[in-house]
Amino acid sequence: MSSASQIKSARVATGPRWIVPVKIVVFVAMLFPLARLVLLGATGGLGANPIEFITRSTGLWTLVYLCITLAITPVRRLTGVTALARFRRMIGLFAFFFAVLHFTTYIWFDKWFDVAAMLKDIGKRPFITVGFAAFVLLIPLAVTSPKAMVRKLGRRWQTLHRAIYLIAALAILHFWWMKAGKHDLELPKIYGSIVIVLLGWRVIAWLKARRA
Amino acid sequence: MWIKQGRNLYGDDIASHEITPRDVFENRRRTLRSLGALAATGLAGASGLAHATLTSPDAKGQKLAATTNPKFVALDKPTPFKDITSYNNFYEFGTDKDDPAAHAGTLRPRPWKVSVEGAIKNPKVYDIDDILKLAPLEERVYRLRCVEGWSMVIPWIGVSLSELIKRAGPTGNAKYVQFITLADPSQMPGLSTPILEWPYSEGLRMDEAMNPLTLLTVGLYGEVLPNQNGAPVRVVVPWKYGFKSAKSLVKIRFVEKQPPTSWNLYAPSEYGFFSNVNPNVDHPRWSQATERRIGEDGFFQPKRKTLMFNGYGDQVASMYAGMDLKKNF
Repeated sequence: MSSASQIKSARVATGPRWIVPVKIVVFVAMLFPLARLVLLGATGGLGANPIEFITRSTGLWTLVYLCITLAITPVRRLTGVTALARFRRMIGLFAFFFAVLHFTTYIWFDKWFDVAAMLKDIGKRPFITVGFAAFVLLIPLAVTSPKAMVRKLGRRWQTLHRAIYLIAALAILHFWWMKAGKHDLELPKIYGSIVIVLLGWRVIAWLKARRA
Repeated sequence: MWIKQGRNLYGDDIASHEITPRDVFENRRRTLRSLGALAATGLAGASGLAHATLTSPDAKGQKLAATTNPKFVALDKPTPFKDITSYNNFYEFGTDKDDPAAHAGTLRPRPWKVSVEGAIKNPKVYDIDDILKLAPLEERVYRLRCVEGWSMVIPWIGVSLSELIKRAGPTGNAKYVQFITLADPSQMPGLSTPILEWPYSEGLRMDEAMNPLTLLTVGLYGEVLPNQNGAPVRVVVPWKYGFKSAKSLVKIRFVEKQPPTSWNLYAPSEYGFFSNVNPNVDHPRWSQATERRIGEDGFFQPKRKTLMFNGYGDQVASMYAGMDLKKNF
Protein backbone atom coordinates (compact mmCIF):
# COMPACT_ATOMS: atom_id res chain seq x y z
CA MET A 1 0.00 0.00 0.00
CA SER A 2 1.32 3.41 -0.91
CA SER A 3 1.59 5.97 1.82
CA ALA A 4 -1.04 8.14 0.10
CA SER A 5 -3.67 5.42 0.17
CA GLN A 6 -2.70 4.59 3.74
CA ILE A 7 -3.48 8.15 4.75
CA LYS A 8 -6.71 7.99 2.81
CA SER A 9 -7.84 4.78 4.41
CA ALA A 10 -6.88 6.10 7.83
CA ARG A 11 -9.03 9.15 7.23
CA VAL A 12 -11.97 7.10 6.04
CA ALA A 13 -11.55 4.86 9.04
CA THR A 14 -12.40 7.73 11.39
CA GLY A 15 -16.00 7.89 10.18
CA PRO A 16 -18.58 6.56 7.77
CA ARG A 17 -17.79 6.62 4.08
CA TRP A 18 -20.45 9.21 3.30
CA ILE A 19 -18.76 11.89 5.36
CA VAL A 20 -16.38 13.24 2.72
CA PRO A 21 -18.90 13.61 -0.12
CA VAL A 22 -21.51 15.05 2.24
CA LYS A 23 -18.94 17.46 3.61
CA ILE A 24 -18.24 18.68 0.09
CA VAL A 25 -21.95 19.13 -0.57
CA VAL A 26 -22.42 21.02 2.70
CA PHE A 27 -19.38 23.16 1.99
CA VAL A 28 -20.70 24.17 -1.42
CA ALA A 29 -24.21 24.69 -0.08
CA MET A 30 -22.93 26.99 2.65
CA LEU A 31 -21.28 29.17 0.05
CA PHE A 32 -24.70 29.77 -1.50
CA PRO A 33 -25.47 33.01 0.41
CA LEU A 34 -22.22 34.51 -0.83
CA ALA A 35 -22.77 33.28 -4.39
CA ARG A 36 -26.26 34.79 -4.26
CA LEU A 37 -24.90 38.18 -3.22
CA VAL A 38 -22.29 38.11 -5.99
CA LEU A 39 -24.90 37.10 -8.55
CA LEU A 40 -27.41 39.73 -7.40
CA GLY A 41 -24.65 42.32 -7.32
CA ALA A 42 -23.61 41.50 -10.88
CA THR A 43 -27.19 41.74 -12.14
CA GLY A 44 -28.17 44.87 -10.22
CA GLY A 45 -30.48 42.86 -7.99
CA LEU A 46 -29.36 44.22 -4.62
CA GLY A 47 -32.04 46.92 -4.61
CA ALA A 48 -31.80 50.64 -4.01
CA ASN A 49 -29.41 50.29 -1.09
CA PRO A 50 -27.00 47.45 -1.95
CA ILE A 51 -24.74 48.02 1.04
CA GLU A 52 -27.62 47.72 3.47
CA PHE A 53 -28.71 44.56 1.66
CA ILE A 54 -25.24 43.01 1.97
CA THR A 55 -24.86 44.06 5.61
CA ARG A 56 -28.17 42.51 6.56
CA SER A 57 -27.73 39.39 4.50
CA THR A 58 -24.25 38.58 5.83
CA GLY A 59 -25.40 39.33 9.38
CA LEU A 60 -28.40 37.06 9.14
CA TRP A 61 -26.40 34.21 7.62
CA THR A 62 -23.83 34.52 10.39
CA LEU A 63 -26.67 33.98 12.82
CA VAL A 64 -28.07 31.03 10.84
CA TYR A 65 -24.68 29.32 10.79
CA LEU A 66 -24.15 30.02 14.50
CA CYS A 67 -27.49 28.34 15.20
CA ILE A 68 -26.61 25.33 13.04
CA THR A 69 -23.26 25.03 14.83
CA LEU A 70 -25.03 25.11 18.17
CA ALA A 71 -27.58 22.56 16.97
CA ILE A 72 -24.99 19.92 16.10
CA THR A 73 -24.49 18.58 19.62
CA PRO A 74 -28.17 18.38 20.62
CA VAL A 75 -29.15 16.80 17.30
CA ARG A 76 -26.25 14.38 17.52
CA ARG A 77 -27.27 13.30 21.01
CA LEU A 78 -30.97 13.06 20.16
CA THR A 79 -30.49 11.12 16.93
CA GLY A 80 -27.39 9.16 17.82
CA VAL A 81 -25.73 10.16 14.53
CA THR A 82 -22.29 10.72 16.02
CA ALA A 83 -20.75 11.60 12.64
CA LEU A 84 -22.53 14.97 12.84
CA ALA A 85 -19.75 16.12 15.13
CA ARG A 86 -17.45 15.99 12.12
CA PHE A 87 -19.33 18.91 10.55
CA ARG A 88 -19.21 21.23 13.51
CA ARG A 89 -15.85 22.85 12.86
CA MET A 90 -16.63 23.54 9.22
CA ILE A 91 -20.00 25.10 9.95
CA GLY A 92 -18.56 27.10 12.83
CA LEU A 93 -15.87 28.43 10.51
CA PHE A 94 -18.56 29.39 8.00
CA ALA A 95 -20.26 31.38 10.77
CA PHE A 96 -16.93 33.13 11.34
CA PHE A 97 -16.46 33.68 7.59
CA PHE A 98 -19.84 35.41 7.29
CA ALA A 99 -19.13 37.41 10.44
CA VAL A 100 -15.94 38.61 8.74
CA LEU A 101 -17.93 39.59 5.64
CA HIS A 102 -20.50 41.34 7.85
CA PHE A 103 -17.84 43.23 9.79
CA THR A 104 -15.92 44.08 6.61
CA THR A 105 -19.06 45.57 5.04
CA TYR A 106 -19.45 47.73 8.12
CA ILE A 107 -15.87 48.92 8.47
CA TRP A 108 -15.28 49.33 4.74
CA PHE A 109 -18.49 50.44 3.06
CA ASP A 110 -20.19 52.01 6.03
CA LYS A 111 -17.27 53.52 7.96
CA TRP A 112 -14.81 53.75 5.09
CA PHE A 113 -12.00 52.47 7.34
CA ASP A 114 -12.50 55.41 9.65
CA VAL A 115 -11.25 53.62 12.75
CA ALA A 116 -11.91 56.64 14.97
CA ALA A 117 -15.54 56.73 13.86
CA MET A 118 -15.78 52.98 14.36
CA LEU A 119 -14.39 53.14 17.90
CA LYS A 120 -16.79 55.96 18.68
CA ASP A 121 -19.63 53.79 17.39
CA ILE A 122 -18.50 50.84 19.47
CA GLY A 123 -18.21 52.93 22.61
CA LYS A 124 -21.45 54.83 22.18
CA ARG A 125 -23.91 52.44 20.66
CA PRO A 126 -24.77 49.30 22.61
CA PHE A 127 -26.06 47.59 19.49
CA ILE A 128 -22.68 48.02 17.80
CA THR A 129 -20.83 47.24 21.05
CA VAL A 130 -22.40 43.82 21.47
CA GLY A 131 -22.03 42.98 17.78
CA PHE A 132 -18.38 43.91 17.86
CA ALA A 133 -17.83 41.96 21.08
CA ALA A 134 -19.38 38.87 19.50
CA PHE A 135 -17.12 39.25 16.49
CA VAL A 136 -13.97 39.69 18.58
CA LEU A 137 -14.87 36.65 20.67
CA LEU A 138 -15.23 34.57 17.52
CA ILE A 139 -11.63 35.23 16.50
CA PRO A 140 -9.90 33.02 19.12
CA LEU A 141 -12.39 30.26 18.39
CA ALA A 142 -11.58 30.38 14.69
CA VAL A 143 -7.84 30.51 15.42
CA THR A 144 -8.00 27.47 17.69
CA SER A 145 -10.18 25.42 15.38
CA PRO A 146 -7.46 23.26 13.69
CA LYS A 147 -7.06 19.77 15.10
CA ALA A 148 -3.50 20.53 16.17
CA MET A 149 -4.80 23.36 18.36
CA VAL A 150 -7.48 21.13 19.82
CA ARG A 151 -4.82 18.63 20.82
CA LYS A 152 -2.47 21.31 22.09
CA LEU A 153 -5.07 23.00 24.27
CA GLY A 154 -6.58 19.82 25.63
CA ARG A 155 -9.26 20.53 28.22
CA ARG A 156 -8.79 24.26 27.90
CA TRP A 157 -9.99 24.02 24.30
CA GLN A 158 -13.46 23.03 25.41
CA THR A 159 -13.57 25.75 28.05
CA LEU A 160 -12.54 28.32 25.48
CA HIS A 161 -15.05 27.15 22.92
CA ARG A 162 -17.88 27.47 25.40
CA ALA A 163 -17.60 31.16 24.50
CA ILE A 164 -19.86 30.27 21.58
CA TYR A 165 -22.82 30.38 24.02
CA LEU A 166 -22.01 33.95 24.94
CA ILE A 167 -21.39 34.82 21.29
CA ALA A 168 -24.80 33.49 20.29
CA ALA A 169 -26.46 35.50 23.06
CA LEU A 170 -24.60 38.66 22.01
CA ALA A 171 -25.51 38.08 18.37
CA ILE A 172 -29.20 37.85 19.26
CA LEU A 173 -28.95 41.01 21.37
CA HIS A 174 -27.21 42.79 18.48
CA PHE A 175 -29.98 41.75 16.09
CA TRP A 176 -32.70 42.55 18.60
CA TRP A 177 -31.44 46.06 19.33
CA MET A 178 -30.93 46.73 15.63
CA LYS A 179 -34.54 45.84 14.89
CA ALA A 180 -35.98 47.32 18.08
CA GLY A 181 -35.85 50.83 16.64
CA LYS A 182 -38.58 49.82 14.23
CA HIS A 183 -40.42 47.62 16.67
CA ASP A 184 -39.92 44.96 14.07
CA LEU A 185 -39.00 42.05 16.30
CA GLU A 186 -40.45 39.12 14.45
CA LEU A 187 -37.13 37.74 13.18
CA PRO A 188 -35.13 38.48 16.35
CA LYS A 189 -37.83 36.64 18.30
CA ILE A 190 -37.59 33.60 16.04
CA TYR A 191 -33.80 33.43 16.24
CA GLY A 192 -33.87 34.29 19.94
CA SER A 193 -36.19 31.35 20.55
CA ILE A 194 -33.95 29.01 18.57
CA VAL A 195 -30.91 30.06 20.60
CA ILE A 196 -32.86 29.75 23.86
CA VAL A 197 -33.92 26.20 22.93
CA LEU A 198 -30.36 25.26 21.93
CA LEU A 199 -28.81 26.67 25.08
CA GLY A 200 -31.71 25.49 27.26
CA TRP A 201 -31.19 21.94 26.05
CA ARG A 202 -27.60 22.15 27.28
CA VAL A 203 -28.65 23.45 30.69
CA ILE A 204 -31.15 20.61 31.05
CA ALA A 205 -28.61 18.03 29.87
CA TRP A 206 -26.10 19.39 32.35
CA LEU A 207 -28.62 19.29 35.23
CA LYS A 208 -29.56 15.71 34.37
CA ALA A 209 -25.92 14.66 34.21
CA ARG A 210 -25.29 16.23 37.61
CA ARG A 211 -28.21 14.39 39.18
CA ALA A 212 -27.16 11.09 37.71
CA MET B 1 -36.09 85.58 -16.59
CA TRP B 2 -36.02 82.88 -13.99
CA ILE B 3 -35.79 79.97 -16.34
CA LYS B 4 -32.91 81.33 -18.34
CA GLN B 5 -31.01 82.17 -15.20
CA GLY B 6 -31.71 78.75 -13.88
CA ARG B 7 -30.35 77.08 -16.92
CA ASN B 8 -27.10 78.99 -16.63
CA LEU B 9 -26.88 78.18 -12.96
CA TYR B 10 -27.22 74.48 -13.46
CA GLY B 11 -24.46 74.40 -16.05
CA ASP B 12 -23.23 71.10 -17.29
CA ASP B 13 -25.34 69.09 -14.91
CA ILE B 14 -28.33 70.23 -16.87
CA ALA B 15 -29.83 66.86 -17.64
CA SER B 16 -30.45 66.28 -13.96
CA HIS B 17 -32.22 69.39 -12.90
CA GLU B 18 -34.41 70.73 -15.55
CA ILE B 19 -36.25 67.57 -16.03
CA THR B 20 -39.87 67.67 -15.41
CA PRO B 21 -41.56 64.39 -16.19
CA ARG B 22 -39.82 61.11 -15.60
CA ASP B 23 -40.16 60.07 -19.21
CA VAL B 24 -38.47 63.24 -20.38
CA PHE B 25 -35.64 62.59 -17.96
CA GLU B 26 -35.30 58.99 -18.97
CA ASN B 27 -35.74 59.73 -22.65
CA ARG B 28 -33.00 62.27 -22.48
CA ARG B 29 -30.78 59.81 -20.69
CA ARG B 30 -31.49 57.31 -23.42
CA THR B 31 -30.72 59.90 -26.09
CA LEU B 32 -27.52 60.93 -24.38
CA ARG B 33 -26.44 57.36 -24.08
CA SER B 34 -27.11 56.65 -27.71
CA LEU B 35 -25.33 59.74 -28.87
CA GLY B 36 -22.20 58.93 -26.98
CA ALA B 37 -20.41 60.99 -24.43
CA LEU B 38 -18.74 63.52 -26.72
CA ALA B 39 -21.79 64.43 -28.74
CA ALA B 40 -23.92 64.38 -25.61
CA THR B 41 -22.08 67.16 -23.84
CA GLY B 42 -22.76 69.41 -26.79
CA LEU B 43 -26.40 68.48 -27.14
CA ALA B 44 -27.49 68.38 -23.53
CA GLY B 45 -28.76 71.94 -23.55
CA ALA B 46 -30.66 71.45 -26.77
CA SER B 47 -32.38 68.30 -25.60
CA GLY B 48 -33.29 70.14 -22.42
CA LEU B 49 -35.41 72.48 -24.51
CA ALA B 50 -37.23 69.65 -26.13
CA HIS B 51 -39.46 68.91 -23.11
CA ALA B 52 -42.82 69.20 -24.73
CA THR B 53 -42.08 67.07 -27.72
CA LEU B 54 -41.00 64.02 -25.79
CA THR B 55 -43.54 61.59 -24.49
CA SER B 56 -43.02 58.19 -22.98
CA PRO B 57 -45.02 55.21 -24.17
CA ASP B 58 -44.49 53.33 -20.91
CA ALA B 59 -45.62 55.92 -18.38
CA LYS B 60 -47.55 54.25 -15.60
CA GLY B 61 -48.81 57.10 -13.49
CA GLN B 62 -51.22 59.77 -14.55
CA LYS B 63 -49.41 62.86 -15.81
CA LEU B 64 -49.45 66.00 -13.75
CA ALA B 65 -48.53 69.31 -15.32
CA ALA B 66 -46.37 71.56 -13.21
CA THR B 67 -44.00 74.45 -13.68
CA THR B 68 -40.51 74.14 -12.27
CA ASN B 69 -39.93 76.64 -9.50
CA PRO B 70 -36.22 77.35 -9.92
CA LYS B 71 -36.00 78.82 -6.44
CA PHE B 72 -36.51 75.33 -5.07
CA VAL B 73 -34.39 73.14 -7.29
CA ALA B 74 -31.57 71.30 -5.56
CA LEU B 75 -28.44 71.06 -7.65
CA ASP B 76 -28.00 67.40 -6.78
CA LYS B 77 -28.62 64.68 -9.30
CA PRO B 78 -32.18 63.33 -8.95
CA THR B 79 -32.54 59.79 -7.68
CA PRO B 80 -33.89 57.36 -10.29
CA PHE B 81 -37.68 56.94 -10.28
CA LYS B 82 -37.26 53.22 -9.71
CA ASP B 83 -35.35 53.74 -6.45
CA ILE B 84 -37.74 56.44 -5.21
CA THR B 85 -40.67 54.10 -5.75
CA SER B 86 -39.16 50.82 -4.57
CA TYR B 87 -37.27 51.81 -1.41
CA ASN B 88 -39.79 53.29 1.00
CA ASN B 89 -40.70 53.51 4.64
CA PHE B 90 -44.48 53.40 4.87
CA TYR B 91 -45.28 51.09 7.76
CA GLU B 92 -48.99 50.96 6.99
CA PHE B 93 -47.90 48.61 4.20
CA GLY B 94 -45.16 46.73 6.09
CA THR B 95 -41.83 47.50 7.69
CA ASP B 96 -39.46 46.31 4.97
CA LYS B 97 -38.30 48.81 2.39
CA ASP B 98 -39.86 46.85 -0.46
CA ASP B 99 -43.19 46.28 1.33
CA PRO B 100 -44.84 49.57 0.28
CA ALA B 101 -44.12 48.99 -3.41
CA ALA B 102 -45.39 45.42 -3.07
CA HIS B 103 -48.50 46.08 -0.97
CA ALA B 104 -49.66 49.65 -1.57
CA GLY B 105 -51.73 48.56 -4.56
CA THR B 106 -54.68 48.21 -2.20
CA LEU B 107 -54.68 51.92 -1.38
CA ARG B 108 -57.48 53.79 -3.15
CA PRO B 109 -56.25 57.34 -3.75
CA ARG B 110 -59.48 58.39 -5.52
CA PRO B 111 -61.93 59.56 -4.36
CA TRP B 112 -60.10 61.19 -1.45
CA LYS B 113 -61.02 63.81 1.08
CA VAL B 114 -58.89 65.80 3.46
CA SER B 115 -60.51 67.43 6.46
CA VAL B 116 -58.91 70.76 7.37
CA GLU B 117 -60.08 71.61 10.87
CA GLY B 118 -59.30 72.99 14.30
CA ALA B 119 -58.38 76.53 15.26
CA ILE B 120 -59.25 78.07 11.90
CA LYS B 121 -61.89 80.38 10.52
CA ASN B 122 -62.73 78.25 7.49
CA PRO B 123 -62.86 74.57 8.32
CA LYS B 124 -63.51 72.55 5.19
CA VAL B 125 -63.37 69.04 3.83
CA TYR B 126 -61.31 69.32 0.68
CA ASP B 127 -61.69 66.95 -2.19
CA ILE B 128 -58.35 65.91 -3.70
CA ASP B 129 -59.37 67.79 -6.85
CA ASP B 130 -59.79 70.99 -4.79
CA ILE B 131 -56.26 70.53 -3.50
CA LEU B 132 -54.91 70.14 -7.02
CA LYS B 133 -56.47 73.51 -7.83
CA LEU B 134 -55.37 75.42 -4.72
CA ALA B 135 -52.60 77.16 -6.64
CA PRO B 136 -50.55 76.51 -9.76
CA LEU B 137 -48.65 73.27 -9.25
CA GLU B 138 -44.91 73.63 -8.93
CA GLU B 139 -42.13 71.16 -9.46
CA ARG B 140 -39.42 71.35 -6.83
CA VAL B 141 -36.36 69.17 -6.54
CA TYR B 142 -35.71 68.52 -2.85
CA ARG B 143 -33.16 66.47 -1.00
CA LEU B 144 -34.78 63.93 1.31
CA ARG B 145 -32.73 62.71 4.27
CA CYS B 146 -34.04 59.66 6.09
CA VAL B 147 -33.30 59.38 9.80
CA GLU B 148 -31.82 55.96 8.98
CA GLY B 149 -28.83 57.52 7.22
CA TRP B 150 -29.72 57.45 3.54
CA SER B 151 -30.91 60.16 1.22
CA MET B 152 -32.54 60.78 -2.13
CA VAL B 153 -33.17 63.73 -4.43
CA ILE B 154 -36.78 63.89 -5.55
CA PRO B 155 -38.57 66.09 -8.09
CA TRP B 156 -41.82 66.62 -6.19
CA ILE B 157 -44.95 68.36 -7.46
CA GLY B 158 -47.11 70.41 -5.15
CA VAL B 159 -47.89 73.78 -3.69
CA SER B 160 -46.60 75.52 -0.61
CA LEU B 161 -48.61 74.35 2.37
CA SER B 162 -48.99 78.03 3.22
CA GLU B 163 -51.48 78.32 0.33
CA LEU B 164 -53.81 75.99 2.17
CA ILE B 165 -53.13 77.58 5.54
CA LYS B 166 -53.98 81.05 4.21
CA ARG B 167 -57.33 79.76 3.00
CA ALA B 168 -57.97 78.02 6.32
CA GLY B 169 -57.43 81.27 8.21
CA PRO B 170 -55.78 80.16 11.44
CA THR B 171 -56.98 81.83 14.63
CA GLY B 172 -54.69 83.07 17.38
CA ASN B 173 -54.93 79.65 19.01
CA ALA B 174 -53.36 77.87 16.06
CA LYS B 175 -49.80 77.28 17.26
CA TYR B 176 -49.15 73.92 15.60
CA VAL B 177 -50.34 71.96 12.60
CA GLN B 178 -51.01 68.25 12.93
CA PHE B 179 -51.01 65.89 9.95
CA ILE B 180 -52.95 62.65 10.13
CA THR B 181 -52.51 59.75 7.74
CA LEU B 182 -55.25 57.40 6.65
CA ALA B 183 -55.59 54.31 8.87
CA ASP B 184 -57.88 51.92 7.05
CA PRO B 185 -57.05 48.24 7.61
CA SER B 186 -58.92 47.28 4.44
CA GLN B 187 -56.49 49.36 2.37
CA MET B 188 -53.39 49.09 4.54
CA PRO B 189 -52.34 45.54 5.45
CA GLY B 190 -49.54 46.74 7.71
CA LEU B 191 -52.02 48.12 10.24
CA SER B 192 -52.67 44.59 11.49
CA THR B 193 -49.24 44.62 13.14
CA PRO B 194 -49.19 46.95 16.12
CA ILE B 195 -45.98 48.84 15.54
CA LEU B 196 -46.69 52.55 15.74
CA GLU B 197 -49.58 54.52 17.16
CA TRP B 198 -52.03 54.62 14.28
CA PRO B 199 -53.30 56.70 12.62
CA TYR B 200 -49.83 58.05 11.87
CA SER B 201 -49.54 61.53 13.26
CA GLU B 202 -46.97 64.19 12.59
CA GLY B 203 -46.75 67.87 13.33
CA LEU B 204 -45.05 71.17 12.69
CA ARG B 205 -44.85 74.44 14.52
CA MET B 206 -46.93 77.10 12.77
CA ASP B 207 -43.89 78.98 11.43
CA GLU B 208 -42.46 75.73 10.08
CA ALA B 209 -45.74 74.90 8.38
CA MET B 210 -45.85 78.40 6.85
CA ASN B 211 -42.26 78.24 5.60
CA PRO B 212 -42.34 78.38 1.79
CA LEU B 213 -40.26 75.20 1.63
CA THR B 214 -42.99 73.12 3.25
CA LEU B 215 -44.69 71.48 0.32
CA LEU B 216 -48.19 70.06 0.13
CA THR B 217 -47.26 67.36 -2.33
CA VAL B 218 -49.37 65.60 -4.94
CA GLY B 219 -46.86 64.20 -7.40
CA LEU B 220 -43.31 63.27 -8.29
CA TYR B 221 -41.42 62.97 -11.55
CA GLY B 222 -44.27 64.57 -13.46
CA GLU B 223 -46.88 62.08 -12.28
CA VAL B 224 -49.43 61.81 -9.52
CA LEU B 225 -47.89 60.38 -6.35
CA PRO B 226 -47.44 56.62 -6.54
CA ASN B 227 -49.31 54.91 -3.69
CA GLN B 228 -46.11 53.86 -1.92
CA ASN B 229 -44.94 57.46 -1.84
CA GLY B 230 -48.03 58.70 0.00
CA ALA B 231 -50.79 59.08 -2.57
CA PRO B 232 -52.75 61.15 -3.16
CA VAL B 233 -51.48 63.96 -0.97
CA ARG B 234 -48.70 64.28 1.57
CA VAL B 235 -46.51 66.89 3.09
CA VAL B 236 -42.78 67.24 2.36
CA VAL B 237 -40.56 69.04 4.85
CA PRO B 238 -37.09 68.82 3.31
CA TRP B 239 -35.00 70.13 6.21
CA LYS B 240 -36.34 67.49 8.60
CA TYR B 241 -35.86 63.74 8.66
CA GLY B 242 -38.20 61.98 6.27
CA PHE B 243 -40.61 60.61 8.85
CA LYS B 244 -41.79 64.16 9.58
CA SER B 245 -43.25 64.27 6.06
CA ALA B 246 -46.52 62.43 6.65
CA LYS B 247 -48.12 60.58 3.75
CA SER B 248 -51.66 59.91 2.48
CA LEU B 249 -53.19 62.71 4.56
CA VAL B 250 -56.82 62.62 5.62
CA LYS B 251 -56.70 65.34 8.26
CA ILE B 252 -54.85 68.58 8.77
CA ARG B 253 -55.58 70.03 12.20
CA PHE B 254 -54.66 73.39 13.65
CA VAL B 255 -54.03 73.08 17.36
CA GLU B 256 -52.75 75.07 20.29
CA LYS B 257 -50.53 72.45 21.93
CA GLN B 258 -47.70 70.49 20.37
CA PRO B 259 -49.46 67.48 18.85
CA PRO B 260 -48.46 63.91 19.69
CA THR B 261 -46.42 62.36 16.90
CA SER B 262 -46.18 58.65 16.16
CA TRP B 263 -42.41 58.14 16.22
CA ASN B 264 -41.96 60.38 19.21
CA LEU B 265 -44.56 58.34 21.10
CA TYR B 266 -42.78 55.18 20.08
CA ALA B 267 -39.28 56.23 21.17
CA PRO B 268 -39.14 59.71 22.74
CA SER B 269 -35.38 59.50 23.27
CA GLU B 270 -34.73 58.68 19.62
CA TYR B 271 -37.19 60.78 17.65
CA GLY B 272 -37.81 64.33 18.80
CA PHE B 273 -40.67 66.57 17.76
CA PHE B 274 -38.39 68.82 15.71
CA SER B 275 -36.19 66.16 14.10
CA ASN B 276 -34.34 68.70 12.00
CA VAL B 277 -31.58 67.13 9.94
CA ASN B 278 -28.51 67.75 12.07
CA PRO B 279 -25.12 66.07 11.53
CA ASN B 280 -24.03 67.12 15.01
CA VAL B 281 -26.78 65.36 16.92
CA ASP B 282 -26.49 61.61 16.59
CA HIS B 283 -29.34 59.20 16.80
CA PRO B 284 -28.75 57.14 19.97
CA ARG B 285 -28.01 54.09 17.84
CA TRP B 286 -26.10 55.54 14.93
CA SER B 287 -24.26 58.60 13.69
CA GLN B 288 -26.07 61.25 11.67
CA ALA B 289 -22.85 62.82 10.39
CA THR B 290 -22.93 61.06 7.03
CA GLU B 291 -25.44 59.62 4.61
CA ARG B 292 -25.57 57.37 1.58
CA ARG B 293 -27.23 58.81 -1.50
CA ILE B 294 -29.45 56.09 -2.92
CA GLY B 295 -28.79 55.18 -6.54
CA GLU B 296 -25.72 57.35 -6.71
CA ASP B 297 -23.09 56.62 -4.07
CA GLY B 298 -21.32 53.42 -5.02
CA PHE B 299 -19.46 50.90 -2.93
CA PHE B 300 -16.06 52.37 -3.44
CA GLN B 301 -16.51 55.80 -2.04
CA PRO B 302 -17.12 57.04 1.47
CA LYS B 303 -20.57 58.19 2.51
CA ARG B 304 -21.26 61.88 1.95
CA LYS B 305 -21.39 64.40 4.76
CA THR B 306 -24.86 65.29 5.99
CA LEU B 307 -25.58 69.01 5.81
CA MET B 308 -27.09 71.03 8.65
CA PHE B 309 -30.84 71.37 8.02
CA ASN B 310 -30.20 69.10 5.03
CA GLY B 311 -28.63 72.09 3.27
CA TYR B 312 -31.68 74.33 3.75
CA GLY B 313 -30.16 76.47 6.49
CA ASP B 314 -30.55 79.71 4.53
CA GLN B 315 -34.30 79.23 4.40
CA VAL B 316 -34.95 77.75 7.83
CA ALA B 317 -32.15 78.39 10.35
CA SER B 318 -33.66 81.70 11.49
CA MET B 319 -36.72 79.84 12.80
CA TYR B 320 -34.52 78.14 15.37
CA ALA B 321 -32.37 81.09 16.39
CA GLY B 322 -31.39 80.82 20.05
CA MET B 323 -32.79 77.31 20.39
CA ASP B 324 -30.66 74.52 21.80
CA LEU B 325 -30.89 72.06 18.92
CA LYS B 326 -29.26 69.30 20.95
CA LYS B 327 -32.01 69.54 23.53
CA ASN B 328 -34.74 70.17 20.97
CA PHE B 329 -33.67 67.38 18.65
